[in-house]
Amino acid sequence: MNTDNGGGGGSAGDGDRDPAGGVNRVDTLDIATARAWIHAVALAVTARRDELTELDAAIGDADHGANLQRGFAAVEAVIGGPGYAPETVGQLLTKVGMTLISSVGGASGPLYGSAFRAIGRSLTTPEADGDQLSVALHAGLDAVRALGAAAAGDKTMVDALTPAVAAFDETVTAGGDLRAASRAAADAAEAGARATTPLQARKGRASYLGERSIGHQDPGATSTALIFAALAETLEHHG
Amino acid sequence: MKKFLNTPDSYVADSLAGLAAAHPLLTVVTGADAGGAGFVRRAAATRAGKVALVSGGGSGHEPLHAGFVGVGMLDAACPGEVFTSPVPGQMLAAAQAVDSGAGVVFVVKNYTGDVLNFQMAAELAVEDAGIAVETVLVDDDVAVQDSTWTAGRRGTGATLMVEKIAGALAERGAELGVVAEMGRRVNASARSFAVALTGCTTPASSKPGFLLPDDEMEVGVGIHGEPGRRRAKLASAREVAELALDAILAEPVLAGGAAGTGPVEVIAMVNGLGATPLSELYILFNEVSRLLSGRGVSVVRSLVGNYVTSLDMAGASFTLCRVDDEMLELWDAPVNTPALRWGL
Repeated sequence: MNTDNGGGGGSAGDGDRDPAGGVNRVDTLDIATARAWIHAVALAVTARRDELTELDAAIGDADHGANLQRGFAAVEAVIGGPGYAPETVGQLLTKVGMTLISSVGGASGPLYGSAFRAIGRSLTTPEADGDQLSVALHAGLDAVRALGAAAAGDKTMVDALTPAVAAFDETVTAGGDLRAASRAAADAAEAGARATTPLQARKGRASYLGERSIGHQDPGATSTALIFAALAETLEHHG
Repeated sequence: MKKFLNTPDSYVADSLAGLAAAHPLLTVVTGADAGGAGFVRRAAATRAGKVALVSGGGSGHEPLHAGFVGVGMLDAACPGEVFTSPVPGQMLAAAQAVDSGAGVVFVVKNYTGDVLNFQMAAELAVEDAGIAVETVLVDDDVAVQDSTWTAGRRGTGATLMVEKIAGALAERGAELGVVAEMGRRVNASARSFAVALTGCTTPASSKPGFLLPDDEMEVGVGIHGEPGRRRAKLASAREVAELALDAILAEPVLAGGAAGTGPVEVIAMVNGLGATPLSELYILFNEVSRLLSGRGVSVVRSLVGNYVTSLDMAGASFTLCRVDDEMLELWDAPVNTPALRWGL
Protein backbone atom coordinates (compact mmCIF):
# COMPACT_ATOMS: atom_id res chain seq x y z
CA MET A 1 0.00 0.00 0.00
CA ASN A 2 1.29 3.42 -0.92
CA THR A 3 1.06 5.18 2.43
CA ASP A 4 2.98 8.27 3.42
CA ASN A 5 6.15 8.39 5.47
CA GLY A 6 4.39 8.64 8.76
CA GLY A 7 1.69 6.18 7.72
CA GLY A 8 0.56 3.10 9.56
CA GLY A 9 -1.18 2.69 12.86
CA GLY A 10 -1.04 5.52 15.31
CA SER A 11 -0.15 8.20 12.84
CA ALA A 12 -3.41 10.06 13.22
CA GLY A 13 -2.43 11.56 16.54
CA ASP A 14 0.99 12.55 15.22
CA GLY A 15 -0.61 14.25 12.27
CA ASP A 16 -3.01 16.14 14.48
CA ARG A 17 -0.21 17.53 16.63
CA ASP A 18 2.07 18.41 13.78
CA PRO A 19 1.90 21.85 12.25
CA ALA A 20 0.37 21.92 8.80
CA GLY A 21 2.78 20.39 6.31
CA GLY A 22 4.88 18.71 8.97
CA VAL A 23 3.27 15.40 8.24
CA ASN A 24 2.04 15.18 4.70
CA ARG A 25 -1.51 14.17 5.54
CA VAL A 26 -4.78 15.06 3.87
CA ASP A 27 -7.55 14.65 6.40
CA THR A 28 -10.46 16.41 4.75
CA LEU A 29 -12.04 16.58 1.33
CA ASP A 30 -13.04 20.13 0.52
CA ILE A 31 -15.24 21.41 -2.29
CA ALA A 32 -12.33 22.43 -4.53
CA THR A 33 -10.72 19.00 -4.23
CA ALA A 34 -14.03 17.26 -4.84
CA ARG A 35 -14.48 19.35 -7.99
CA ALA A 36 -10.96 18.39 -9.05
CA TRP A 37 -11.85 14.73 -8.50
CA ILE A 38 -14.94 14.94 -10.71
CA HIS A 39 -12.92 16.79 -13.35
CA ALA A 40 -10.32 14.01 -13.22
CA VAL A 41 -13.09 11.44 -13.68
CA ALA A 42 -14.37 13.32 -16.72
CA LEU A 43 -10.88 13.40 -18.23
CA ALA A 44 -10.28 9.73 -17.50
CA VAL A 45 -13.63 8.70 -18.97
CA THR A 46 -12.79 10.58 -22.15
CA ALA A 47 -9.27 9.15 -22.31
CA ARG A 48 -10.52 5.59 -21.74
CA ARG A 49 -13.78 5.85 -23.64
CA ASP A 50 -12.76 3.39 -26.34
CA GLU A 51 -11.41 0.89 -23.83
CA LEU A 52 -14.69 0.93 -21.88
CA THR A 53 -16.63 0.60 -25.10
CA GLU A 54 -14.54 -2.39 -26.24
CA LEU A 55 -15.12 -4.15 -22.94
CA ASP A 56 -18.85 -3.46 -23.32
CA ALA A 57 -18.86 -4.67 -26.93
CA ALA A 58 -17.63 -8.07 -25.75
CA ILE A 59 -20.45 -8.72 -23.28
CA GLY A 60 -22.89 -5.82 -23.62
CA ASP A 61 -23.85 -3.31 -26.25
CA ALA A 62 -20.74 -1.20 -26.80
CA ASP A 63 -21.92 2.08 -25.35
CA HIS A 64 -20.56 2.29 -21.80
CA GLY A 65 -17.73 4.66 -22.74
CA ALA A 66 -19.97 6.94 -24.77
CA ASN A 67 -22.67 7.01 -22.07
CA LEU A 68 -20.27 7.93 -19.27
CA GLN A 69 -18.55 10.50 -21.43
CA ARG A 70 -21.90 12.13 -22.18
CA GLY A 71 -22.82 12.03 -18.48
CA PHE A 72 -19.61 13.54 -17.13
CA ALA A 73 -19.60 16.18 -19.86
CA ALA A 74 -23.06 17.18 -18.61
CA VAL A 75 -21.75 17.13 -15.04
CA GLU A 76 -18.81 19.37 -15.97
CA ALA A 77 -21.17 21.81 -17.65
CA VAL A 78 -23.35 21.99 -14.53
CA ILE A 79 -20.79 22.12 -11.73
CA GLY A 80 -18.21 24.04 -13.74
CA GLY A 81 -20.59 26.88 -14.50
CA PRO A 82 -19.88 30.28 -12.96
CA GLY A 83 -23.24 30.39 -11.19
CA TYR A 84 -22.82 27.09 -9.35
CA ALA A 85 -21.58 27.52 -5.78
CA PRO A 86 -22.28 24.56 -3.49
CA GLU A 87 -21.96 25.09 0.25
CA THR A 88 -20.90 21.56 1.11
CA VAL A 89 -19.05 18.70 -0.52
CA GLY A 90 -22.32 16.81 -0.17
CA GLN A 91 -24.26 19.32 -2.24
CA LEU A 92 -21.68 19.10 -4.98
CA LEU A 93 -21.75 15.30 -5.11
CA THR A 94 -25.55 15.21 -4.93
CA LYS A 95 -25.61 17.51 -7.96
CA VAL A 96 -23.21 15.18 -9.74
CA GLY A 97 -25.58 12.29 -9.03
CA MET A 98 -28.70 14.10 -10.20
CA THR A 99 -26.96 15.19 -13.40
CA LEU A 100 -25.83 11.63 -14.15
CA ILE A 101 -29.38 10.35 -13.59
CA SER A 102 -30.75 12.93 -16.01
CA SER A 103 -28.14 12.54 -18.74
CA VAL A 104 -26.65 9.04 -18.98
CA GLY A 105 -29.54 6.62 -19.41
CA GLY A 106 -28.96 2.89 -19.52
CA ALA A 107 -28.31 1.12 -16.23
CA SER A 108 -25.16 3.05 -15.43
CA GLY A 109 -26.99 6.40 -15.23
CA PRO A 110 -29.34 5.46 -12.39
CA LEU A 111 -26.68 3.33 -10.66
CA TYR A 112 -23.82 5.85 -10.66
CA GLY A 113 -26.29 8.69 -10.20
CA SER A 114 -27.86 7.08 -7.16
CA ALA A 115 -24.42 6.27 -5.73
CA PHE A 116 -23.21 9.87 -5.99
CA ARG A 117 -26.53 11.15 -4.71
CA ALA A 118 -26.44 8.86 -1.67
CA ILE A 119 -22.82 9.80 -0.99
CA GLY A 120 -23.68 13.49 -1.31
CA ARG A 121 -26.74 13.32 0.92
CA SER A 122 -24.64 11.73 3.63
CA LEU A 123 -22.13 14.61 3.67
CA THR A 124 -23.72 17.65 5.31
CA THR A 125 -20.70 19.64 6.47
CA PRO A 126 -18.67 21.99 4.22
CA GLU A 127 -15.72 19.57 4.22
CA ALA A 128 -15.71 15.84 4.90
CA ASP A 129 -13.22 13.83 6.96
CA GLY A 130 -12.28 10.18 6.58
CA ASP A 131 -14.93 8.83 8.91
CA GLN A 132 -17.64 10.85 7.19
CA LEU A 133 -16.47 9.74 3.76
CA SER A 134 -16.39 6.14 4.90
CA VAL A 135 -20.01 6.36 6.03
CA ALA A 136 -20.92 8.12 2.78
CA LEU A 137 -19.25 5.49 0.61
CA HIS A 138 -21.18 2.79 2.43
CA ALA A 139 -24.37 4.73 1.68
CA GLY A 140 -23.36 4.84 -1.98
CA LEU A 141 -22.74 1.11 -2.06
CA ASP A 142 -26.08 0.46 -0.35
CA ALA A 143 -27.86 2.60 -2.95
CA VAL A 144 -26.29 0.66 -5.81
CA ARG A 145 -27.11 -2.68 -4.22
CA ALA A 146 -30.70 -1.65 -3.49
CA LEU A 147 -31.34 -0.35 -7.00
CA GLY A 148 -29.47 -2.94 -9.03
CA ALA A 149 -30.10 -5.91 -6.74
CA ALA A 150 -26.64 -7.19 -7.55
CA ALA A 151 -24.48 -9.09 -5.07
CA ALA A 152 -20.74 -9.59 -5.01
CA GLY A 153 -19.71 -12.07 -7.70
CA ASP A 154 -22.50 -11.17 -10.14
CA LYS A 155 -19.92 -9.54 -12.45
CA THR A 156 -21.07 -5.95 -11.99
CA MET A 157 -19.74 -2.64 -10.63
CA VAL A 158 -20.53 -4.01 -7.16
CA ASP A 159 -17.48 -6.28 -7.54
CA ALA A 160 -15.22 -3.21 -7.66
CA LEU A 161 -17.25 -0.98 -5.36
CA THR A 162 -17.52 -3.43 -2.45
CA PRO A 163 -13.77 -4.02 -1.94
CA ALA A 164 -13.03 -0.35 -2.59
CA VAL A 165 -15.39 0.79 0.17
CA ALA A 166 -14.02 -1.86 2.53
CA ALA A 167 -10.40 -0.85 1.83
CA PHE A 168 -11.21 2.83 2.34
CA ASP A 169 -12.95 2.01 5.61
CA GLU A 170 -10.10 -0.16 6.90
CA THR A 171 -7.44 2.40 6.06
CA VAL A 172 -9.32 5.22 7.80
CA THR A 173 -9.98 3.04 10.83
CA ALA A 174 -6.26 2.18 11.01
CA GLY A 175 -5.43 5.88 11.09
CA GLY A 176 -4.51 6.37 7.45
CA ASP A 177 -5.28 9.70 5.83
CA LEU A 178 -7.47 10.30 2.79
CA ARG A 179 -4.58 9.80 0.38
CA ALA A 180 -3.82 6.40 1.84
CA ALA A 181 -7.49 5.47 2.05
CA SER A 182 -8.28 6.50 -1.51
CA ARG A 183 -5.16 4.76 -2.86
CA ALA A 184 -6.14 1.59 -0.99
CA ALA A 185 -9.68 1.92 -2.37
CA ALA A 186 -8.41 2.47 -5.92
CA ASP A 187 -6.11 -0.56 -5.72
CA ALA A 188 -8.92 -2.71 -4.31
CA ALA A 189 -11.35 -1.52 -6.98
CA GLU A 190 -8.82 -2.30 -9.71
CA ALA A 191 -8.22 -5.76 -8.28
CA GLY A 192 -11.97 -6.27 -7.97
CA ALA A 193 -12.53 -5.23 -11.58
CA ARG A 194 -9.81 -7.59 -12.82
CA ALA A 195 -11.32 -10.40 -10.76
CA THR A 196 -14.58 -10.11 -12.72
CA THR A 197 -12.94 -11.62 -15.81
CA PRO A 198 -13.47 -15.30 -14.94
CA LEU A 199 -16.98 -14.69 -13.56
CA GLN A 200 -20.26 -15.51 -15.29
CA ALA A 201 -22.55 -12.48 -15.37
CA ARG A 202 -25.77 -12.79 -13.39
CA LYS A 203 -27.09 -9.26 -13.71
CA GLY A 204 -27.46 -6.74 -16.49
CA ARG A 205 -27.21 -7.29 -20.21
CA ALA A 206 -24.12 -9.49 -19.96
CA SER A 207 -26.20 -12.10 -18.11
CA TYR A 208 -27.98 -12.93 -21.39
CA LEU A 209 -24.74 -14.47 -22.60
CA GLY A 210 -24.60 -17.08 -19.86
CA GLU A 211 -21.26 -18.85 -19.95
CA ARG A 212 -20.16 -16.73 -22.90
CA SER A 213 -19.74 -13.81 -20.52
CA ILE A 214 -16.82 -15.62 -18.89
CA GLY A 215 -13.37 -14.38 -19.86
CA HIS A 216 -14.22 -10.69 -20.21
CA GLN A 217 -13.65 -7.95 -17.64
CA ASP A 218 -16.85 -6.20 -16.61
CA PRO A 219 -17.09 -2.66 -18.03
CA GLY A 220 -19.06 -1.32 -15.04
CA ALA A 221 -16.50 -2.63 -12.55
CA THR A 222 -13.79 -1.10 -14.75
CA SER A 223 -15.37 2.35 -14.71
CA THR A 224 -15.84 2.10 -10.95
CA ALA A 225 -12.11 1.44 -10.59
CA LEU A 226 -11.47 4.44 -12.82
CA ILE A 227 -13.52 6.70 -10.52
CA PHE A 228 -11.55 5.59 -7.43
CA ALA A 229 -8.24 5.92 -9.28
CA ALA A 230 -9.20 9.50 -10.14
CA LEU A 231 -9.86 10.21 -6.46
CA ALA A 232 -6.51 8.76 -5.42
CA GLU A 233 -4.63 10.68 -8.10
CA THR A 234 -6.42 13.91 -7.26
CA LEU A 235 -5.52 13.62 -3.57
CA GLU A 236 -1.93 12.66 -4.38
CA HIS A 237 -1.55 15.91 -6.30
CA HIS A 238 -3.37 17.91 -3.66
CA GLY A 239 -1.58 20.38 -1.40
CA MET B 1 -20.19 0.08 -42.34
CA LYS B 2 -21.85 2.74 -44.50
CA LYS B 3 -24.86 4.60 -43.14
CA PHE B 4 -27.04 7.53 -44.16
CA LEU B 5 -26.37 10.07 -41.44
CA ASN B 6 -25.14 13.61 -40.86
CA THR B 7 -23.21 13.06 -37.65
CA PRO B 8 -23.42 10.12 -35.23
CA ASP B 9 -24.31 12.54 -32.43
CA SER B 10 -27.39 13.83 -34.24
CA TYR B 11 -28.55 10.38 -35.42
CA VAL B 12 -31.52 10.03 -33.06
CA ALA B 13 -32.59 13.69 -33.19
CA ASP B 14 -32.43 13.84 -36.99
CA SER B 15 -34.42 10.63 -37.31
CA LEU B 16 -37.13 11.86 -34.93
CA ALA B 17 -37.36 15.16 -36.76
CA GLY B 18 -37.96 13.19 -39.94
CA LEU B 19 -40.62 11.07 -38.26
CA ALA B 20 -42.48 14.19 -37.18
CA ALA B 21 -42.12 15.76 -40.62
CA ALA B 22 -43.55 12.64 -42.27
CA HIS B 23 -46.41 12.17 -39.80
CA PRO B 24 -48.31 15.35 -38.91
CA LEU B 25 -50.39 13.45 -36.33
CA LEU B 26 -47.23 13.20 -34.20
CA THR B 27 -45.28 15.91 -32.41
CA VAL B 28 -41.68 15.68 -31.22
CA VAL B 29 -41.14 17.59 -27.98
CA THR B 30 -37.55 18.45 -27.09
CA GLY B 31 -35.70 20.86 -24.82
CA ALA B 32 -35.04 21.30 -21.14
CA ASP B 33 -38.71 20.92 -20.19
CA ALA B 34 -38.88 17.61 -22.02
CA GLY B 35 -36.05 15.97 -20.11
CA GLY B 36 -33.46 16.89 -22.71
CA ALA B 37 -33.79 14.31 -25.48
CA GLY B 38 -37.55 14.63 -25.24
CA PHE B 39 -40.43 12.46 -26.41
CA VAL B 40 -42.83 11.83 -29.27
CA ARG B 41 -46.53 12.35 -28.62
CA ARG B 42 -49.81 12.45 -30.47
CA ALA B 43 -50.34 15.98 -31.75
CA ALA B 44 -53.87 15.92 -30.30
CA ALA B 45 -54.41 16.23 -26.55
CA THR B 46 -55.42 13.11 -24.63
CA ARG B 47 -59.20 12.77 -24.43
CA ALA B 48 -60.50 13.51 -20.92
CA GLY B 49 -60.80 10.31 -18.91
CA LYS B 50 -58.63 8.23 -21.25
CA VAL B 51 -55.74 6.36 -19.66
CA ALA B 52 -52.48 7.27 -21.41
CA LEU B 53 -49.88 4.72 -22.54
CA VAL B 54 -46.26 5.80 -22.47
CA SER B 55 -43.41 3.59 -23.58
CA GLY B 56 -39.81 4.13 -24.51
CA GLY B 57 -36.42 2.59 -24.73
CA GLY B 58 -33.18 2.83 -26.58
CA SER B 59 -33.34 3.90 -30.22
CA GLY B 60 -32.37 1.50 -33.00
CA HIS B 61 -35.53 -0.64 -32.85
CA GLU B 62 -37.64 1.46 -35.20
CA PRO B 63 -40.55 1.57 -35.73
CA LEU B 64 -40.70 0.62 -32.01
CA HIS B 65 -41.63 2.75 -30.04
CA ALA B 66 -42.29 6.13 -31.67
CA GLY B 67 -43.79 4.47 -34.75
CA PHE B 68 -46.53 3.06 -32.52
CA VAL B 69 -47.69 6.44 -31.22
CA GLY B 70 -51.19 7.27 -32.39
CA VAL B 71 -54.87 6.49 -31.93
CA GLY B 72 -55.34 2.95 -30.63
CA MET B 73 -51.80 2.49 -29.34
CA LEU B 74 -49.35 4.74 -27.49
CA ASP B 75 -49.92 8.31 -26.37
CA ALA B 76 -46.20 9.04 -26.11
CA ALA B 77 -42.82 7.37 -26.59
CA CYS B 78 -39.45 8.32 -25.09
CA PRO B 79 -36.46 7.50 -27.29
CA GLY B 80 -33.05 7.07 -25.72
CA GLU B 81 -29.70 7.10 -27.46
CA VAL B 82 -29.12 4.07 -29.69
CA PHE B 83 -29.52 0.95 -27.53
CA THR B 84 -29.50 3.08 -24.36
CA SER B 85 -32.58 3.57 -22.24
CA PRO B 86 -34.00 7.09 -21.99
CA VAL B 87 -33.62 9.04 -18.74
CA PRO B 88 -36.30 9.56 -16.05
CA GLY B 89 -36.83 13.22 -16.98
CA GLN B 90 -38.08 12.19 -20.41
CA MET B 91 -40.66 9.74 -19.08
CA LEU B 92 -41.78 12.22 -16.44
CA ALA B 93 -42.21 15.00 -19.00
CA ALA B 94 -44.07 12.66 -21.35
CA ALA B 95 -46.37 11.46 -18.55
CA GLN B 96 -47.16 15.03 -17.55
CA ALA B 97 -47.87 15.98 -21.16
CA VAL B 98 -50.31 13.16 -21.96
CA ASP B 99 -51.97 12.44 -18.60
CA SER B 100 -55.64 13.44 -18.81
CA GLY B 101 -56.07 12.81 -15.11
CA ALA B 102 -56.96 9.14 -15.65
CA GLY B 103 -53.39 7.97 -15.11
CA VAL B 104 -50.51 6.62 -17.17
CA VAL B 105 -49.39 3.09 -18.02
CA PHE B 106 -45.64 2.72 -18.56
CA VAL B 107 -44.86 -0.13 -20.96
CA VAL B 108 -41.30 -1.17 -20.15
CA LYS B 109 -39.15 -3.78 -21.84
CA ASN B 110 -37.26 -5.88 -19.31
CA TYR B 111 -33.72 -4.55 -19.53
CA THR B 112 -31.88 -3.36 -16.44
CA GLY B 113 -31.46 0.18 -17.78
CA ASP B 114 -35.07 0.60 -18.91
CA VAL B 115 -36.40 -0.87 -15.67
CA LEU B 116 -34.27 1.40 -13.46
CA ASN B 117 -35.00 4.60 -15.39
CA PHE B 118 -38.74 3.94 -15.64
CA GLN B 119 -38.80 3.03 -11.94
CA MET B 120 -37.25 6.38 -11.07
CA ALA B 121 -39.66 8.16 -13.42
CA ALA B 122 -42.65 6.41 -11.84
CA GLU B 123 -41.53 7.53 -8.39
CA LEU B 124 -41.16 11.12 -9.58
CA ALA B 125 -44.52 11.04 -11.39
CA VAL B 126 -46.38 9.70 -8.38
CA GLU B 127 -44.61 11.62 -5.62
CA ASP B 128 -43.82 14.95 -7.27
CA ALA B 129 -46.40 15.27 -10.04
CA GLY B 130 -49.36 13.45 -8.49
CA ILE B 131 -49.89 11.23 -11.55
CA ALA B 132 -51.23 7.71 -11.06
CA VAL B 133 -48.82 5.27 -12.75
CA GLU B 134 -48.99 1.55 -13.47
CA THR B 135 -46.05 -0.26 -15.02
CA VAL B 136 -46.32 -3.22 -17.39
CA LEU B 137 -43.05 -5.11 -17.78
CA VAL B 138 -42.58 -6.98 -21.06
CA ASP B 139 -40.38 -10.09 -20.89
CA ASP B 140 -41.16 -12.50 -23.71
CA ASP B 141 -37.80 -13.69 -25.07
CA VAL B 142 -37.40 -17.37 -24.23
CA ALA B 143 -33.76 -17.35 -25.34
CA VAL B 144 -32.98 -15.99 -21.89
CA GLN B 145 -33.87 -18.09 -18.92
CA ASP B 146 -36.01 -16.32 -16.36
CA SER B 147 -34.02 -17.12 -13.26
CA THR B 148 -32.14 -15.49 -10.43
CA TRP B 149 -29.02 -16.13 -12.50
CA THR B 150 -29.93 -13.61 -15.19
CA ALA B 151 -31.58 -10.21 -15.49
CA GLY B 152 -34.67 -12.17 -16.56
CA ARG B 153 -36.21 -12.70 -19.98
CA ARG B 154 -35.79 -9.77 -22.37
CA GLY B 155 -38.64 -7.71 -23.75
CA THR B 156 -38.86 -7.98 -27.55
CA GLY B 157 -41.66 -8.61 -30.06
CA ALA B 158 -44.47 -8.96 -27.52
CA THR B 159 -44.06 -5.25 -26.78
CA LEU B 160 -45.99 -4.49 -29.97
CA MET B 161 -48.86 -6.76 -28.90
CA VAL B 162 -48.99 -5.29 -25.39
CA GLU B 163 -49.07 -1.76 -26.78
CA LYS B 164 -51.71 -2.59 -29.41
CA ILE B 165 -54.12 -4.54 -27.21
CA ALA B 166 -53.80 -2.46 -24.03
CA GLY B 167 -53.88 0.69 -26.18
CA ALA B 168 -57.20 -0.37 -27.71
CA LEU B 169 -58.64 -1.02 -24.27
CA ALA B 170 -57.52 2.43 -23.06
CA GLU B 171 -59.19 3.96 -26.14
CA ARG B 172 -62.49 2.42 -24.97
CA GLY B 173 -62.25 4.24 -21.65
CA ALA B 174 -61.14 1.39 -19.38
CA GLU B 175 -59.65 2.37 -16.03
CA LEU B 176 -55.92 2.48 -15.28
CA GLY B 177 -55.72 -0.80 -13.39
CA VAL B 178 -57.79 -2.61 -16.03
CA VAL B 179 -55.61 -1.37 -18.89
CA ALA B 180 -52.44 -2.37 -17.04
CA GLU B 181 -53.83 -5.78 -16.18
CA MET B 182 -54.64 -6.41 -19.84
CA GLY B 183 -51.09 -5.44 -20.74
CA ARG B 184 -49.75 -7.94 -18.24
CA ARG B 185 -52.08 -10.64 -19.56
CA VAL B 186 -50.85 -10.10 -23.11
CA ASN B 187 -47.24 -10.27 -21.96
CA ALA B 188 -47.90 -13.45 -20.01
CA SER B 189 -49.46 -14.97 -23.13
CA ALA B 190 -46.66 -14.12 -25.55
CA ARG B 191 -43.24 -15.65 -26.19
CA SER B 192 -40.50 -14.83 -28.68
CA PHE B 193 -37.25 -16.19 -30.07
CA ALA B 194 -34.79 -14.67 -32.54
CA VAL B 195 -32.05 -15.82 -34.91
CA ALA B 196 -29.50 -13.51 -36.56
CA LEU B 197 -27.43 -13.84 -39.70
CA THR B 198 -25.26 -10.77 -39.02
CA GLY B 199 -24.44 -8.43 -36.15
CA CYS B 200 -25.48 -4.80 -36.31
CA THR B 201 -23.42 -1.61 -36.29
CA THR B 202 -24.30 1.39 -34.12
CA PRO B 203 -23.89 4.88 -35.63
CA ALA B 204 -20.99 5.66 -33.28
CA SER B 205 -19.15 2.42 -34.06
CA SER B 206 -17.24 1.34 -37.14
CA LYS B 207 -17.85 -2.36 -36.83
CA PRO B 208 -20.68 -4.76 -35.92
CA GLY B 209 -21.26 -5.91 -32.33
CA PHE B 210 -20.30 -9.40 -33.43
CA LEU B 211 -18.99 -11.01 -36.59
CA LEU B 212 -20.37 -14.22 -38.04
CA PRO B 213 -18.73 -16.43 -40.64
CA ASP B 214 -20.76 -16.84 -43.84
CA ASP B 215 -21.97 -20.29 -42.87
CA GLU B 216 -23.05 -19.58 -39.29
CA MET B 217 -26.01 -18.05 -37.50
CA GLU B 218 -26.41 -16.62 -34.02
CA VAL B 219 -29.20 -18.40 -32.15
CA GLY B 220 -31.21 -16.68 -29.43
CA VAL B 221 -30.09 -13.11 -30.09
CA GLY B 222 -31.54 -10.03 -28.48
CA ILE B 223 -32.23 -6.72 -30.17
CA HIS B 224 -29.17 -4.75 -29.09
CA GLY B 225 -26.43 -6.27 -31.18
CA GLU B 226 -25.24 -8.39 -28.30
CA PRO B 227 -24.26 -11.97 -29.12
CA GLY B 228 -26.86 -14.67 -28.60
CA ARG B 229 -26.85 -17.87 -26.59
CA ARG B 230 -24.93 -19.93 -29.08
CA ARG B 231 -23.65 -20.13 -32.60
CA ALA B 232 -24.78 -22.78 -35.06
CA LYS B 233 -24.26 -23.78 -38.66
CA LEU B 234 -26.60 -21.91 -40.97
CA ALA B 235 -29.76 -23.96 -41.48
CA SER B 236 -32.67 -23.86 -43.92
CA ALA B 237 -35.66 -21.57 -43.32
CA ARG B 238 -37.66 -24.62 -42.33
CA GLU B 239 -35.10 -25.66 -39.73
CA VAL B 240 -34.73 -22.13 -38.37
CA ALA B 241 -38.52 -21.77 -37.96
CA GLU B 242 -38.67 -25.15 -36.28
CA LEU B 243 -35.85 -24.25 -33.89
CA ALA B 244 -37.63 -21.05 -32.87
CA LEU B 245 -41.07 -22.60 -32.54
CA ASP B 246 -39.70 -25.53 -30.52
CA ALA B 247 -38.33 -23.05 -28.00
CA ILE B 248 -41.56 -21.02 -27.90
CA LEU B 249 -43.97 -23.96 -27.79
CA ALA B 250 -42.04 -25.50 -24.90
CA GLU B 251 -43.50 -22.68 -22.78
CA PRO B 252 -46.49 -23.81 -20.71
CA VAL B 253 -48.68 -20.90 -21.80
CA LEU B 254 -48.43 -22.01 -25.43
CA ALA B 255 -48.23 -25.75 -24.92
CA GLY B 256 -51.99 -26.29 -24.64
CA GLY B 257 -52.46 -27.60 -28.16
CA ALA B 258 -49.51 -29.93 -28.12
CA ALA B 259 -50.48 -31.17 -24.67
CA GLY B 260 -54.02 -31.83 -25.87
CA THR B 261 -55.69 -29.44 -23.41
CA GLY B 262 -57.73 -27.56 -25.97
CA PRO B 263 -57.30 -25.31 -28.96
CA VAL B 264 -54.54 -22.73 -28.92
CA GLU B 265 -55.29 -19.62 -30.96
CA VAL B 266 -52.40 -17.26 -31.56
CA ILE B 267 -51.37 -14.04 -33.18
CA ALA B 268 -48.19 -15.03 -35.01
CA MET B 269 -45.52 -12.50 -35.92
CA VAL B 270 -42.44 -13.02 -38.04
CA ASN B 271 -40.44 -9.85 -37.51
CA GLY B 272 -37.39 -8.68 -39.42
CA LEU B 273 -34.45 -7.40 -37.39
CA GLY B 274 -33.63 -4.66 -39.90
CA ALA B 275 -31.73 -5.96 -42.88
CA THR B 276 -33.67 -9.03 -43.92
CA PRO B 277 -35.84 -8.76 -47.06
CA LEU B 278 -39.59 -9.16 -46.68
CA SER B 279 -39.44 -12.08 -49.11
CA GLU B 280 -37.28 -14.03 -46.64
CA LEU B 281 -39.67 -13.16 -43.80
CA TYR B 282 -42.53 -14.64 -45.85
CA ILE B 283 -40.47 -17.76 -46.49
CA LEU B 284 -40.12 -18.08 -42.72
CA PHE B 285 -43.81 -17.34 -42.13
CA ASN B 286 -44.75 -20.06 -44.58
CA GLU B 287 -42.81 -22.52 -42.44
CA VAL B 288 -44.35 -21.14 -39.24
CA SER B 289 -47.82 -21.52 -40.66
CA ARG B 290 -47.15 -25.08 -41.83
CA LEU B 291 -45.49 -26.16 -38.58
CA LEU B 292 -48.16 -24.66 -36.32
CA SER B 293 -51.04 -26.29 -38.17
CA GLY B 294 -49.28 -29.59 -37.68
CA ARG B 295 -49.09 -28.98 -33.94
CA GLY B 296 -52.68 -28.01 -33.22
CA VAL B 297 -52.01 -24.29 -33.00
CA SER B 298 -54.36 -22.07 -34.93
CA VAL B 299 -53.00 -18.80 -36.34
CA VAL B 300 -55.96 -16.40 -36.09
CA ARG B 301 -54.02 -13.23 -36.99
CA SER B 302 -50.58 -12.68 -38.43
CA LEU B 303 -48.06 -9.93 -38.85
CA VAL B 304 -45.02 -10.10 -41.13
CA GLY B 305 -42.59 -7.20 -41.44
CA ASN B 306 -40.03 -5.04 -39.67
CA TYR B 307 -41.54 -3.90 -36.38
CA VAL B 308 -39.00 -4.47 -33.59
CA THR B 309 -35.62 -4.14 -35.22
CA SER B 310 -31.97 -4.04 -34.27
CA LEU B 311 -30.54 -1.40 -36.62
CA ASP B 312 -29.06 -3.17 -39.65
CA MET B 313 -29.02 -6.68 -38.24
CA ALA B 314 -30.02 -9.42 -40.66
CA GLY B 315 -32.26 -11.89 -38.92
CA ALA B 316 -35.76 -12.57 -37.73
CA SER B 317 -37.69 -12.94 -34.53
CA PHE B 318 -40.73 -15.11 -34.00
CA THR B 319 -43.51 -14.17 -31.57
CA LEU B 320 -46.62 -16.13 -30.69
CA CYS B 321 -49.28 -14.52 -28.50
CA ARG B 322 -52.06 -16.80 -27.30
CA VAL B 323 -55.32 -14.87 -27.45
CA ASP B 324 -58.88 -15.15 -26.19
CA ASP B 325 -61.90 -13.44 -27.77
CA GLU B 326 -61.44 -10.21 -25.83
CA MET B 327 -57.77 -9.87 -26.75
CA LEU B 328 -58.52 -10.67 -30.37
CA GLU B 329 -61.29 -8.08 -30.57
CA LEU B 330 -58.92 -5.46 -29.14
CA TRP B 331 -56.23 -6.51 -31.61
CA ASP B 332 -58.73 -5.91 -34.44
CA ALA B 333 -59.79 -2.49 -33.09
CA PRO B 334 -58.85 0.56 -35.18
CA VAL B 335 -55.27 1.76 -34.97
CA ASN B 336 -53.66 4.72 -36.72
CA THR B 337 -49.91 4.97 -36.17
CA PRO B 338 -46.99 5.32 -38.59
CA ALA B 339 -46.22 1.60 -38.38
CA LEU B 340 -49.57 -0.09 -37.70
CA ARG B 341 -52.74 1.15 -39.36
CA TRP B 342 -55.99 -0.72 -39.84
CA GLY B 343 -59.74 -0.74 -39.15
CA LEU B 344 -60.17 2.94 -39.89
